[in-house]
Amino acid sequence: MAVAPPGRRLARGAAALSDSAVRVPALGAFGYWMRRYRRTWRGSVVISVVNPLLFLAALGVGLGRLVDAHQSAHLSGVAYADFLAPGLLAASAMQNAFVEATYPVHEATRPRGAYPAAAATPLSPGDILTGHLMFIAFRIAVSALAFVLVLLAFGVTGPATGALLLPCVLLVGMAFAAPLCAWAVGVERPSRLNGAYRFVAMPLYLFSGTFFAVGQLPGWLQWAVTLTPLYHGTELVRGVALGTAPAGPAAAHAGYLAALALAGTVLAHRGYARRLHR
Amino acid sequence: MPACPRGWPALSGPVALVERSLVVYRHSWHLLLAEIFEPVLYLLSLGVGIGALVGEVPGLRPDQGGYAAFVAPALLATAAMNGAMDETTFNLYAKLRTLRTYDAILSTPLSVRDIAFGEVLWALLRGTAVTVVFAAALAAFGMVTSPWALLVLPGALLVGFAFASLGLAVVTFVRSWHDFQLVQLFMLPMFLFATTFYPLGVYPRPVQIVVECLPLYHAIQLIRLPATGVVDGGVAVAAGYLLILGTLTLALALRRLRTALVR
Repeated sequence: MAVAPPGRRLARGAAALSDSAVRVPALGAFGYWMRRYRRTWRGSVVISVVNPLLFLAALGVGLGRLVDAHQSAHLSGVAYADFLAPGLLAASAMQNAFVEATYPVHEATRPRGAYPAAAATPLSPGDILTGHLMFIAFRIAVSALAFVLVLLAFGVTGPATGALLLPCVLLVGMAFAAPLCAWAVGVERPSRLNGAYRFVAMPLYLFSGTFFAVGQLPGWLQWAVTLTPLYHGTELVRGVALGTAPAGPAAAHAGYLAALALAGTVLAHRGYARRLHR
Repeated sequence: MPACPRGWPALSGPVALVERSLVVYRHSWHLLLAEIFEPVLYLLSLGVGIGALVGEVPGLRPDQGGYAAFVAPALLATAAMNGAMDETTFNLYAKLRTLRTYDAILSTPLSVRDIAFGEVLWALLRGTAVTVVFAAALAAFGMVTSPWALLVLPGALLVGFAFASLGLAVVTFVRSWHDFQLVQLFMLPMFLFATTFYPLGVYPRPVQIVVECLPLYHAIQLIRLPATGVVDGGVAVAAGYLLILGTLTLALALRRLRTALVR
């Protein structure tokens, strides 16, 4: 292989740390997911990087020509591509969270999956969860980095803003990933996971202000959308990217997402313990 | 199992395979219905949300409806394509390689041709069911403005045939489940760039030529033109393209399935 897969050195590092005197058991679980990822990372590039970039090219540039000609007041003077790019960035973090925290978690809980095997070692359910969440965070961060680099290359954002975007996008992703882990670990039928994608992720993706301003929706729907996590994620990421976020609202959006990630982690801890030590 | 009657097309074999699919989906028909959910969501989000940002679509008179009326037929064509193609790619690959259903079927009086025709027929039925429900939803939203819109149904049938056959041909080249990512790598850009969301005119001429070669472009033309009340040479070209594509890929699929299944 000519190019070293992104996970290889980190996997080695994680393995070394978990074997060393420091002994961080969760790194063992993290290392397991990284070693798996060495074989499958190419496919994930298609899903998590190419997909949002194609949407950006088709809608931001193609549709953008129609939108920018119309000069709608809803966009308050922002070019459509600049409006859409941060929205797609936040939405792609959600999609990556759905891809990484539903099927893999469910698969791993099955009788011959990774979780029962890991639970038979000195790893605690908490370690198994932490290790997996670390891997999901890694996946979200790497995809976000690729996306931000493209935005930099096209001059949509500057380097300072780009650096600030990464933790915001990671926060959006983890606000979905932790609660999804808590849910998926207890799911018995895999068709439920498909249902969550179709009936939760897709509606959020299409109505949380990714493609158009939430202010365009009818009042009752607007109110419902402002309760959803992706709305706060989009507002946060777009505000930071366009430099239009006042500190107060930005902190409120970030606080909402952090609370969701935290609550999800606490619930997932309980769910993993119940599922893996019974 | 009665012996297949002689003569072409011998329908009893393909129909038996369709009957099998109906039995398989007896308890999970709601999964097929859920396929409508996604295009309808797209329509509401893009048609209504982005519609307000776009205003008028170049080349579309205001009385023909706004942006939603422009996007809706394209989403219908895409739904017909996906409905038919999901069946002859993912589901067919499972039956071909994972479940080895066809190996069992070939030990009955059914032939490879019965399998190929039967699967295309079933995919066609599935695509049509999706289309009919979606078209009914459009009519309910008040987005049907021209009597020519009735042509949407035979159009969707042709779209379903072309993509069911194309999927059948493609799946004979698939080596493992991972290869479907390559299929996606073609399908997603095609969905995004084949004038689904904006007219051909926004592209420079060289890109326009590439787009005009895409099968989904012709599928969208075949549905969009009559839906907006235009019936001209463009409809005939699109219908001809899809008919030729479907026939050629079905013939190819038949040849390749024979070598894959009969050893």
